[in-house]
Amino acid sequence: MALVNITIEGQHYQVDDSLTVLEACRQCGYNVPSLCSFNHGQCSLASCRVCLVEIKGAKGLCASCVYPVNEGMEITISSPKATEARRASVELILSNHQKNCLQCDKNGHCELLEVAKLVGARDGMYEGEKTPVTIDTLAPGLTRNTGKCILCGRCIERCKNAQGISILGFENRGFNTIVSPLENRSFAQSPCLQCGQCVNVCPTGALMEHSEIDKVDAAFKAGKKVIVQTAPAVRSAIAEEFGEPIGTCGTGKMVAALHRLGFYRVFDTNFGADLTIMEEANELIERIKHKGVLPQITSCSPGWINYLEYYYPELIPHVSTCKSPHMMEGAIIKSYYAEKHDIPVEDIFVVSVMPCTAKKYERQRSQMPNDVDAVLTTRELAKLIKRAGIQWSKLPEEEFDSDLIGEYSGAGVIFGVTGGVMEAALRTAYFWMTGKEYQAINFTDVRGLDGVKEAEVDFDGTKVKVAVTSGMRNAKPLLEQIKAGTSPYTFVEVMCCPGGCINGGGQPYVHPSLLPNEDLDIIDTYCQKRASVLYSEDERCVVRQSHNNPDITTLYSEYLKKPGSEKAEELLHTSYVSDRERFPEASK
Amino acid sequence: MAHLQPAAVKQITEICERYKDEPTPLMMILSDIQREYGYIPPEVQELVSSLTGVPVSEIYGVVTFYSFFSLTPKGKYDIGVCLGTACYVKGSQLVLDKFSELLGIEPGETTPDGLFTLDVLRCVGACALAPAVRVNDKVHPLVKPSQCQQIIDEIKKQEEASA
Repeated sequence: MALVNITIEGQHYQVDDSLTVLEACRQCGYNVPSLCSFNHGQCSLASCRVCLVEIKGAKGLCASCVYPVNEGMEITISSPKATEARRASVELILSNHQKNCLQCDKNGHCELLEVAKLVGARDGMYEGEKTPVTIDTLAPGLTRNTGKCILCGRCIERCKNAQGISILGFENRGFNTIVSPLENRSFAQSPCLQCGQCVNVCPTGALMEHSEIDKVDAAFKAGKKVIVQTAPAVRSAIAEEFGEPIGTCGTGKMVAALHRLGFYRVFDTNFGADLTIMEEANELIERIKHKGVLPQITSCSPGWINYLEYYYPELIPHVSTCKSPHMMEGAIIKSYYAEKHDIPVEDIFVVSVMPCTAKKYERQRSQMPNDVDAVLTTRELAKLIKRAGIQWSKLPEEEFDSDLIGEYSGAGVIFGVTGGVMEAALRTAYFWMTGKEYQAINFTDVRGLDGVKEAEVDFDGTKVKVAVTSGMRNAKPLLEQIKAGTSPYTFVEVMCCPGGCINGGGQPYVHPSLLPNEDLDIIDTYCQKRASVLYSEDERCVVRQSHNNPDITTLYSEYLKKPGSEKAEELLHTSYVSDRERFPEASK
Repeated sequence: MAHLQPAAVKQITEICERYKDEPTPLMMILSDIQREYGYIPPEVQELVSSLTGVPVSEIYGVVTFYSFFSLTPKGKYDIGVCLGTACYVKGSQLVLDKFSELLGIEPGETTPDGLFTLDVLRCVGACALAPAVRVNDKVHPLVKPSQCQQIIDEIKKQEEASA
């Protein structure tokens, strides 16, 4: 790293020579508007032409997002030429944009709207023909509207970099160019994981979650007992939707808001997570004891399950048959809970608030059709809270309801971050294998945001190697190893989204340009900040291991008998499809 | 998606093998397949993707970007009318319209008997001979709408003779 001297608007600065002009400007306190670039040039097509600046000596205006700084460079952002060019670029994008901003769900988080405001775009400058629009609402998790797409290519890069599957690509040429899955198919007719990573980076309303707010509204209207459960990762990020800094714990206020929204019971999916650990750790020990198929792979992430079925069906015997925590909790609410309270199952409507768009797909799987009735993302819950006029800042901190299934352990909380399921499972498996609690409680080797982590655990003499991975691109080498039969591991945790659920496709958007109060490097640190929320909550819990959760103990002694029992198999386990068609035709 | 014939799988595998040492072999592979089969359907793109590791979405993007590649089978005779600037100002749109009328198909389509495909070209480098019409590899110079029927008839006659 070396420093170079540059001037911006006549002021002298010294910056790292590896920066682009755009990065240098931002570092020095100038916010050059830009759309297509994101995450340190991960997408750097320079296609939007919004970040044009004048550089002395350069031919024409320069797209600052791809132009490297060099010694003595003189940059002008506010010259009339650059200002007008940036405005024209945005006006041209708007000329082919579906401008129903008032009804657009992205309003408030739209980078295009923000940029249009910044450059002072005028209405109706370039009226004319528009590219034919495709609207895809077939997929349970995601929606796509090409009328709002600005062809920045961020989603294409994200799909490639996070999941390594490149579902999205540019199609056609010139004016007819669109971004879409193969043959302009629906996400539902492509081997898409519905993880929503593309949604998280889309600067406009072109890619969004498939909202289920209407379903929840209808359930309230029909007078159902609407029971809500919230995933661990939701609390790590929901406060961001209300202007709090990234890394603020939102548990208490979120619960308070849910109480005010009229939910019959407000439960924590952590209970389901604890239950998952009981079943999954039991399954692992059974496999170890009876020389079953190893390594066992976790099954909590529906995006990963999609990847498994589409790309590695031969690994299905390795994958735990456990349903994911919220599906387990839904199943228990509609059986044990309903029976204990004598509530007819058809009167119960279970809503899961998840950091995830793939969970919307998961709840509709034919293997478990009635466990959960609607899935809302973290973002959708924030919309509900805002719609009800609830002021976040004035909310008190409240506790989750405790009614047969309320209690949870710290092990359940950390499910929301990569390595969490592994750590939670190890805490319980250690106890079952050795008959005593792991003294240090934390298995810190499996923490952190690296793509692949490995650790060796000593179960009183029995050494067990484990691995943790997130993001399918990171997971691929591990999966290939398992396929080849050379995997040294006994237990592998796989999460679809890089970093785990804290970075899920349903989490609040992290668009640095719309977060002026966050650090400049927020795009690198937000996952860490959200993860620390969960680890601190784990530390605060009195009970740290799933098997010590009193409600779990009661559930087993009164209803399920023991992990892996017939009842548990029926309610808490599922199966996978080994011949899932990757490009199914529309069934309408 | 439909399944490919084993012979086609073999041949496409061979084509991919041919360019395995190239740093960016995609264009060459697709050109050979286009030449061999006359089109590159999604099934074939999937196969090329699995053989080369290039995502199928990227291959589809390339195929739909270049007009040289086709997603549907082309006719035995590909009639391409140049609408490049020189040909256009010399009236090639009228030539295109005439072919469209005589063959009963729109540009981009193939006749039901599989004999003719009508395409639009953007400059074949024969501006001095505008308007230019290319039938497969042969370029017809200075084509007037009144000559279109003659071009079609010649091909038909040739077909009958060889049948």
